[in-house]
Amino acid sequence: MSTTQERAAAEKRQGLAKAGADYIDDRFGSSPFLRSAMDKIFPDHWSFMVGEIAMYCFVVLIVTGIYLALFYVPSSQIVVYHGSYAPLDGQRMSLAYESVLNISFHVRFGLIMRQVHHWAAVVFMAAIAFHMCRVFFTGAFRKPREVNWTIGLTLLTCVMLEGFSGYSLPDDLLSGTGLRVVYSIIESIPLIGTKLAFELWGGPFPGTSLIPRLFVLHEFLFPALLVGLLSAHLAILWRQKHTDFPGPGKTETNIRGSRFFPQYMLKGGAMLFLTAAVLFGLGGLVQINPIWLYGPYQPYNDSAASQPDWYVGWLDGSLRLFPHWEFRSWGYEIANPFFPGILIPGILFGVMYAWPLIDAKIYKDHVAHNLLDRPRDKPFRTAVGCAALTFFSVLTMASGSDVLGNDWHISYELIIEGLQILVFVGPILAFLIAYRVCIQLQRTGNMIIKKPIGGIIVRGGDGAYHTLGDDHAGDAHGAHGADLPVGANGHGNGNGNGHHDGNGHHDGNGHSVAEPEPAPVAVDGGGPGEDRSTP
Amino acid sequence: MTTTEGTHSRPVGDGASEDWGPSLLPGSEEYLEDPRHYGIEHGAPWPEDVPHGQNDMHWRYDDDPRGARRAELRVAACWTVTLLCGIGLAWVYVAGGQTQVEGGLFALGFGGLGVGFVLWARDLLPGHDVIASRGGLTHASEESDRRLAVQSLGRGLEPMARRPFLAKMLGGVLTVFGISLLFPLASLGPAVDGQFAVTAWRRGIRAVNEDGDPVRPGDIEANGILTVFPNTGEDPGSPAMAQSSVVLINLASAPFEVRPDRKDWHIGAVGSQSCIVGFSKICTHAGCPVSLYNWSAHELICPCHQSTFRVLEDCKPIFGPAPRNLAQLPLAVDDEGYIIARSDFNEPVGPGYWNRPIRVNPNTGAAVEYS
Repeated sequence: MSTTQERAAAEKRQGLAKAGADYIDDRFGSSPFLRSAMDKIFPDHWSFMVGEIAMYCFVVLIVTGIYLALFYVPSSQIVVYHGSYAPLDGQRMSLAYESVLNISFHVRFGLIMRQVHHWAAVVFMAAIAFHMCRVFFTGAFRKPREVNWTIGLTLLTCVMLEGFSGYSLPDDLLSGTGLRVVYSIIESIPLIGTKLAFELWGGPFPGTSLIPRLFVLHEFLFPALLVGLLSAHLAILWRQKHTDFPGPGKTETNIRGSRFFPQYMLKGGAMLFLTAAVLFGLGGLVQINPIWLYGPYQPYNDSAASQPDWYVGWLDGSLRLFPHWEFRSWGYEIANPFFPGILIPGILFGVMYAWPLIDAKIYKDHVAHNLLDRPRDKPFRTAVGCAALTFFSVLTMASGSDVLGNDWHISYELIIEGLQILVFVGPILAFLIAYRVCIQLQRTGNMIIKKPIGGIIVRGGDGAYHTLGDDHAGDAHGAHGADLPVGANGHGNGNGNGHHDGNGHHDGNGHSVAEPEPAPVAVDGGGPGEDRSTP
Repeated sequence: MTTTEGTHSRPVGDGASEDWGPSLLPGSEEYLEDPRHYGIEHGAPWPEDVPHGQNDMHWRYDDDPRGARRAELRVAACWTVTLLCGIGLAWVYVAGGQTQVEGGLFALGFGGLGVGFVLWARDLLPGHDVIASRGGLTHASEESDRRLAVQSLGRGLEPMARRPFLAKMLGGVLTVFGISLLFPLASLGPAVDGQFAVTAWRRGIRAVNEDGDPVRPGDIEANGILTVFPNTGEDPGSPAMAQSSVVLINLASAPFEVRPDRKDWHIGAVGSQSCIVGFSKICTHAGCPVSLYNWSAHELICPCHQSTFRVLEDCKPIFGPAPRNLAQLPLAVDDEGYIIARSDFNEPVGPGYWNRPIRVNPNTGAAVEYS
């Protein structure tokens, strides 16, 4: 209902936009690119936002990190503290530690920046872990996205290294103890371990070279890697377009969601601000890494309850649970930390890197996919994922063995011995339970109502197809309308093929079909409708 | 993708076309009908799975001016919160800073900004729920394009492959030269010359506590422990002392099992009221200082991974991941009554490594036994 005046103003604005577009296009010929970028459609699902949260954590980390770098002094030189934190007055400490105390107590707004930086790192890793689980359990890593899975895993590794190097910079007692353990792990590598440790630390532990070197790694090398890899990750995502869950009107060759401009540009910006809101809230209100309570690092000192940040916990737990084995022959030995600190993580990450290949082999699936699996429809994969998560969880729990023992009034020996059993039994149990739950969910078609994806069809014993939960499936359209933001439906502009098909099952992708008699082994997990390539 | 003249698009001049007019406005027929807004290449057939006639210009309060006005006010309210937080932060800064208040104001400020953007996009802007083409299952190119690429590759590769000698030589040269480029990295650390096996303990050197004061046997109470360092003038916290920290334990009358080859390594008779033994404080698992002492069981416990050492049995590991005993330091008392070392350790202290000797010469640190 625009008035003539409004219309004239709109035309004037369009004229200006045209002039701007012409200026750019005359020089870069970029109109098709810009148009397709603004037209770009991102599917709407909350779980797709978690990777974005990770990215915004990175933004917050860069901004707060640059600020902290302006005050931090990367030096192991020993000084006597006479700063504003009275309890440490007169103590000998490194310049690095002193500078972090100054950031915390002397620099106005310094403590909040430090705590936001640390919280952002912790949330960053959590968001990445969640994002990775989402990609794994829904099969988003399948062709054509295997390369991005690999890049994502490398990003995860770099973020862990970046996180650990940053955590170690304050040179406090807790982080110094962590470095001591890492030194021993590196030292334990056969053949090259001692030399490698000497290269990194510039000699025997602790030396005076590591802190400045860590600073270079934390400030320059790892962030540069992260920026490069993240750019590749996003460019590939952009090129391949986002995956989506199956649903009404969705096929392998179309994409349903909101435009990049204006919807996602604004919502993405909003996500950045909301992530920042949470991180600044945490950084201001919830204390993290109070290094003044730990004290400066002394090689001869450490304390009970020495736990690393959560994302390194599984490694620490691995060191606690691994038996006291050490292998020695012909005068050479493979030292104990090598097995839990290098070998086990190496195998785990090897399997994770290879998973797209393994998965394709298991499911004999070599075709491209844009629509996601529901975890229940791939029971074997889901069960493997649950087993892996359980394994990591038990190890993480093990890294708190002394704290748990203290809290629960159980001896730490009992906790460690229990967890040594649980680390094997837990994943097996998790596998079996997850597998069973998947099959059961397939059979009952339970929980369709909340997220209708177009009805579930089952082929009965007589070979005939029938729809599970018919009454709900019939609702699929209405529920879907409520589920998405105000859609085209509400305005009756009829983007309707397949859309108004309440059961939505014959949409050609077959994703919504469950198997009638779930096969006992996952190699056969494909029901009549499960995606798989022709042999 | 190159721009081609569409049926609906106007001729594009050198930046000055007069004829663009209202057809550029979103929602115009030209906008709605152009397949390129739906991911469809110009000239390609309209795919079955992309509905015709979608109108993504609609927004939530499209037909409801009063609702739209209210939505606008909601956005404005959110941003007002941000504005007030900004002013509040300035005030906090001037007042000297207060971390909790800063956190609250930052959180509210960013939150207001973010929620405002969400509401703005949700209620007042179009672009929701559009179905477009992906332009195929993948972005695979046409077969002819791939053939062209392979041909271009072959243009160079084939002639290269015809000179296998050069290819092999290049491989060798790059390997050798590449390795030589790593030498600058090798400068990062010194050569490994048995330095792992050496501590600063020597014959006759006094044990000092962390303040640098020499220690007498009487300074360690019964069932107590004390961390000591070789008296070299270095600060106990300095890197040079990191391998040398030793924990002295007064076992009181506990039955310490003396090994035949270590008969005079402790101070005071076993079973007397004061018997003091000294062990390396560096855990043989991952090198943490073994800082906890359970005196009732005479166990040293490493706080890092709970390796537990039974002191009475020569600090044998009885629980946890530590694979070896803690190294024992031979002790004595000098003429003035202070505790001294009889020599350095006769084995490397701390965690294992590839070429760790199992015995070293306590006077030179040189390896004497490897297996």
